[in-house]
Amino acid sequence: MSIITVQLGQCGNQIGFEVFDTLFSDSHCPQGLCSKRENEAYQASCKERFFSEEENGVPIARAVLVDMEPKVINQTLSKAAQSGRWKYGQHSCFCQKQGSGNNWAYGYSVHGPRHEESIMDLIQKEVEKCDSLSGFFIIMSMAGGTGSGLGAFITQNLQDQYSNFLKMNHIIWPYGTGEVIVQNYNSILTLSHLYRSSDALLVHENDAVHKICAKLLNIKQISFSDINQVLAHQLGSVFQPTYSEEGSSRYRRNPLGDLMENLVPHPEFKMLGVRNIPQMSEHSLAYSTFTWAGLLKHLRQMLISNAKMEEGIDWQVRPPLPGLPTRGKMSLNKELHFNTSIANTVVLRGKDVHSADLGGFKDPALYTSWLEPGEALSVWRTQRAFSKYEKSAALVSNSQFLVQPLDMIVGKAWNMFASKAYIHQYTKFGIEEEDFLDSFTLLEQVVASYRNL
Amino acid sequence: MTQSVVVQVGQCGNQVGCCFWDLALREHAAVNQKGIYDEAISSFFRNVDTRVVGDGGSISKGKICSLKARAVLIDMEEGVVNEILQGPLRDVFDSKQLITDISGSGNNWAVGHKVFGSLYQEQILEKLRKSAEHCDCLQCFFIIHSMGGGTGSGLGTFLLKVLADEFPEVYRFVTSIYPSAEDDVITSPYNSILAMKELNEHADCVLPIDNQSLFDIISKIDLVVNSGKLGTAVKPKSLVTSNAGTFKKRQEKPFDAMNNIVANLLLNLTSSARFEGSLNMDLNEIIMNLVPFPQLHYLMSSLTPLYTLADVNIPPRRLDQMFSDAFSKDHQLIRANPKHSLYLACALMVRGNVQISDLRRNIERLKPSLRFVSWNQEGWKTSLCSVPPVGHSHSLLALANNTCVKPTFMELRERFMRLYKKKAHLHHYLQIEGMEDSCFTEAVSSLSALIQEYSQLDATQSMPVEDLPRLSVAV
Repeated sequence: MSIITVQLGQCGNQIGFEVFDTLFSDSHCPQGLCSKRENEAYQASCKERFFSEEENGVPIARAVLVDMEPKVINQTLSKAAQSGRWKYGQHSCFCQKQGSGNNWAYGYSVHGPRHEESIMDLIQKEVEKCDSLSGFFIIMSMAGGTGSGLGAFITQNLQDQYSNFLKMNHIIWPYGTGEVIVQNYNSILTLSHLYRSSDALLVHENDAVHKICAKLLNIKQISFSDINQVLAHQLGSVFQPTYSEEGSSRYRRNPLGDLMENLVPHPEFKMLGVRNIPQMSEHSLAYSTFTWAGLLKHLRQMLISNAKMEEGIDWQVRPPLPGLPTRGKMSLNKELHFNTSIANTVVLRGKDVHSADLGGFKDPALYTSWLEPGEALSVWRTQRAFSKYEKSAALVSNSQFLVQPLDMIVGKAWNMFASKAYIHQYTKFGIEEEDFLDSFTLLEQVVASYRNL
Repeated sequence: MTQSVVVQVGQCGNQVGCCFWDLALREHAAVNQKGIYDEAISSFFRNVDTRVVGDGGSISKGKICSLKARAVLIDMEEGVVNEILQGPLRDVFDSKQLITDISGSGNNWAVGHKVFGSLYQEQILEKLRKSAEHCDCLQCFFIIHSMGGGTGSGLGTFLLKVLADEFPEVYRFVTSIYPSAEDDVITSPYNSILAMKELNEHADCVLPIDNQSLFDIISKIDLVVNSGKLGTAVKPKSLVTSNAGTFKKRQEKPFDAMNNIVANLLLNLTSSARFEGSLNMDLNEIIMNLVPFPQLHYLMSSLTPLYTLADVNIPPRRLDQMFSDAFSKDHQLIRANPKHSLYLACALMVRGNVQISDLRRNIERLKPSLRFVSWNQEGWKTSLCSVPPVGHSHSLLALANNTCVKPTFMELRERFMRLYKKKAHLHHYLQIEGMEDSCFTEAVSSLSALIQEYSQLDATQSMPVEDLPRLSVAV
């Protein structure tokens, strides 16, 4: 089954390019460390998901590119064309002349309705190219105007017109400071609207990825391209093909559907995060060896201590002891350190993958009490190695990991809202104080729900 | 891509405008070496086939044929405009873009605003409409004028109202040159205060610039250039004050150097909207991020570096110095010290070989020394444009919405009151039709209200506002 990617705004388009480039490079890299037959099946599965083939043999990304100004789309198209290995469809972009100016209201209330028909037409054309469609992957930032405002509008439209298909929004969480001044307003408007119309929000935090670039990859002068490559790597490590079930050698058909089924058991909880291991510079990789036990031990600790990368993990954090009364789980100490999960999916790729023991992730103490521990964990595997790593593991988790950043954003936005600063920029385009209050209410509820797991 | 139209009014406005067009041409020539008319050039220039008679002849694609500035030149004297038309830039303007008179406004805001305003309203409107028709997506008007004289101040602000009525959707950025205390125009406080009321009401964003600051910056550069210290050879063409890389020319015409600084400001302000970059910043984002309340639309600007030293190796230390300089009072284009006052918002617009990690490092480094208003503690907006200015490897334009602009306005008000109490020169104004004493009182109370808003913000520093409790939800 296929996934259609919708790239929105500067951020969405820049990341989208890296994602397709990563998917393509990985599926065509010679060091898959598996049999030829297996590699071919992997390639075919990747292709069905993310590319459609053109006559002259160059794969075309199943993507729709949307931006309200032309510079980034032009750049993205030409970068893809220059790679010569894959490209975007000739008629898969929509751009306008004047951007949304970091104004969510402008993207949502002006650009959205004005260009609804053209954009939905493009998406429909892409849908028609798929033999069987799994759903939509919508890449956007929540700080700016186009990705966030128009992205929320388009997601809502997809929900109306394609209610049977899944919608996962890949959300780029802005740096805590220094990108866009009104980012907290734009973020709460985006999140609250997506919470109503999207099936799941897969969140990446710029601050965390920036740290990965600095600490794990040892990049001195970090560019957006570096950051986007890390994002793309993490997404690839989740969405590249894996076997459909334990012991099978057939590839999973509907990863988007399976992810949602595993990870979003309740509509109140739809924030997903990705972690992966190992991630290091080519240079360090040459001197490293990995065991499944070691990788999974680290990954588990990253999960329960809410570390975004394998460096600087707090090893003191332990799951609450069984036998304690449930109120005990709510103790302050626990709230500060232990990251409770609703559900997790672990994706393992590489050599001897079937020997990996996932016992540590099955511990009921990791999860909330209202889901059967057996249902809370799913494991995806493939022998095919990902990228340049002989063994690698990724974790997609629905857990408390985002409570703190979400609480921060809501708090900062509320502080600004109380002073009425910048509100006039939004009311000018029809987003009233009432709309802000609705967003605050919804998100305070989300924060509280996650916090009380 | 969007387009902008520059409206240059009065002697100062036209002189600055002239420098701007010269630099804009140089910048695009350096980037676009194939001579193809691209979207970046189209933001400020039309491509015209001059062989076609009449209004037609605009070419949207292909080779550059003849570039015409998207500009309207207005002056109530002929001198400066004629000089432009005889100078090297004559081909970028044509007679249809000009409005001139011969009598001048006599340093009287009322003459510019009331007399010439009504006399030329139709003509101004027609030229503006024509310039707008040539754009397929007009986003901004850049008005360049001075506050102290008669034409720029009076007619320039008259025009602002015309633009607001006629093109309400198009942003109005105003570059206003404020007179220094030693200004030789005796009525400049009157003119400035009367103009301020119009800026308060009809501009989306004002970039106040102080003649004295420009002069101080030039003196500082002179010192470096002429000191001849070892290892401080300045790279040719990199001076913020010069357009051709020749230092000597400046001695003859000090205003040229000052005007070039302002022209560079406009160039850097628009660079991220024109050229590619990994973090774009469109012009509408400037207002969205830096104007928290409609009235408080005065942005202080600073440009760094003022020159690039000629040695090839640029240590990172020097990159960080660029960020530090942008916050020092010596680099501000008005005389003020942002570090001693309260920031409402701050934008860093970076050009050249600079990455997001450099930006982040410097924000973290500088943040502790700056004070931000309580509800905007993280009030930073940033952009990265990959094309550096000609002659530089990187540059920074910092824009700040900061309460330190207040003393400039207070000083202006004092100078105004000194004249106004004695009713000095008032009759020159009151004899103009449509001018009444109330014009002065209203203008000064408009300014006082603005000063008051800044004072209230300053006051929040010592007396923090009580936090409004967040919404509580039932779990």
